[in-house]
Amino acid sequence: MGFMSIVQQIIGGFGTTLFIFFCTLLFSMPLGILFALARMSKFKPLNIFMQVCISILRGTPLMLQLIVVFFMPYYVFGIKLSTGWRVYAALIGFSINYAAYFGEIFRAGIQAVPVGQHEAAEVLGFTKTQTFFKIVFPQMVKRVVPPVTNEVITLVKDTSMAFAIAYAEMFTMAKQVAAQQSNIMPLFVAGLFYYIFNIVVAWVMGRVEKKLSYFE
Amino acid sequence: MSLFEINNVKKAFGDLTVLHDISVKVDEGEVVAIIGPSGSGKSTLLRCATMLETMDSGELVYLDEKAAHNDSSGHTVYASPADLRRIKGYFGLVFQNFNLFPHFSVMRNLTEAPIHVQKRDRSEVEAEARELIRKMGLEGKENYYPQQLSGGQQQRVAIARALAMNPKMLFFDEPTSALDPELTGEILKVIRQLAQEKMTMVIVTHEMEFARDVADRVIFMDGGYIVEEGRPSDVISNPSEERTKQFLARFSGQGAINE
Repeated sequence: MGFMSIVQQIIGGFGTTLFIFFCTLLFSMPLGILFALARMSKFKPLNIFMQVCISILRGTPLMLQLIVVFFMPYYVFGIKLSTGWRVYAALIGFSINYAAYFGEIFRAGIQAVPVGQHEAAEVLGFTKTQTFFKIVFPQMVKRVVPPVTNEVITLVKDTSMAFAIAYAEMFTMAKQVAAQQSNIMPLFVAGLFYYIFNIVVAWVMGRVEKKLSYFE
Repeated sequence: MSLFEINNVKKAFGDLTVLHDISVKVDEGEVVAIIGPSGSGKSTLLRCATMLETMDSGELVYLDEKAAHNDSSGHTVYASPADLRRIKGYFGLVFQNFNLFPHFSVMRNLTEAPIHVQKRDRSEVEAEARELIRKMGLEGKENYYPQQLSGGQQQRVAIARALAMNPKMLFFDEPTSALDPELTGEILKVIRQLAQEKMTMVIVTHEMEFARDVADRVIFMDGGYIVEEGRPSDVISNPSEERTKQFLARFSGQGAINE
């Protein structure tokens, strides 16, 4: 089997990797905002509940979380697992896990907005909701770009954990090909794909950071 | 009729009483300067007046509308959020460190609240904002962001932002304390101009000369009490209380006090 056919097989898995990556970002970011707001809530039970959730999501292996989500319907509700469920389980697991990390980053970003901004908005008569969306949120976004970039880059590589529930993304494919051929090459090719993908991610995030540099 | 009244305000932070039963009335067109050492409670008084701080006890009245009153046990009760939002439209506040919105252009700093809080017509608000920007000597800076401006320019934007709401009165919390002497002058000039236009203003300041020239009335505070109050020529140039003399003596070296 030639190099090109190795690449071809891996590209097949790369589509799945991209799919997990983009869907996770799409769901985990808004969910992260909700997590951050719940984590800062003055309503104590919600606040504590969120703290516990984040603690567990950050404190246990993502791989284990994926397995838990995947088998939950069977063990808790006795529902027979269909093959299609794999995709949803992966997306749910990744999204919730990343939302925990994003939530903490967003919370730090929100709390870093000076109290004077809230006071200026309050005196001008903005409601709490207006203050959040018009004043706090845009300033938070700027502040969180560097740590979010870190998380996004980690996510690119973490997508490989989907193999834990036998969801065939790129790394799973590469391992299969490597095993079939008793050749380590496919793994390096996959590594190269991750690396190139991350260079693109870093470049895009750099552009975002630059775009937001018009204010301090 | 007084435009603004704060009556018998008491405020403590934990065990520390910052305001002991203080009352201030301000008439329309009046300029009141509040002076005093750090920790005298003058900024807290201003923050209570602008509702950034809640009073423990006391009454707050704008244009005969009660923003806060005492219940039977002497604790402050504030009006409904809707009433407070309306009452907040009666005054503006200029902060020591400007607190401009860094992600908005100068123009948007001025127009955002009139459009989204007062629900006024955008084109009308923008025309007024342009006029204010011109008045503050910031013509051509409409599309600049705050960080591109000097401290003095930023503070002028902050004053314009407060004025864009068409308030009945303005509060200033040490508006020149974050500025070097040269930039201080341009802000004082703007406030002087507003005084000439009969804008009602309450100014917490360390600029004694300025307070004496511009204010109709000076309030000297210390330790959470109003120690002395009256015409600037009395309070600043010829104080009767020992504590006031002591405080002002520190400024006399700068040639700011003696006429």
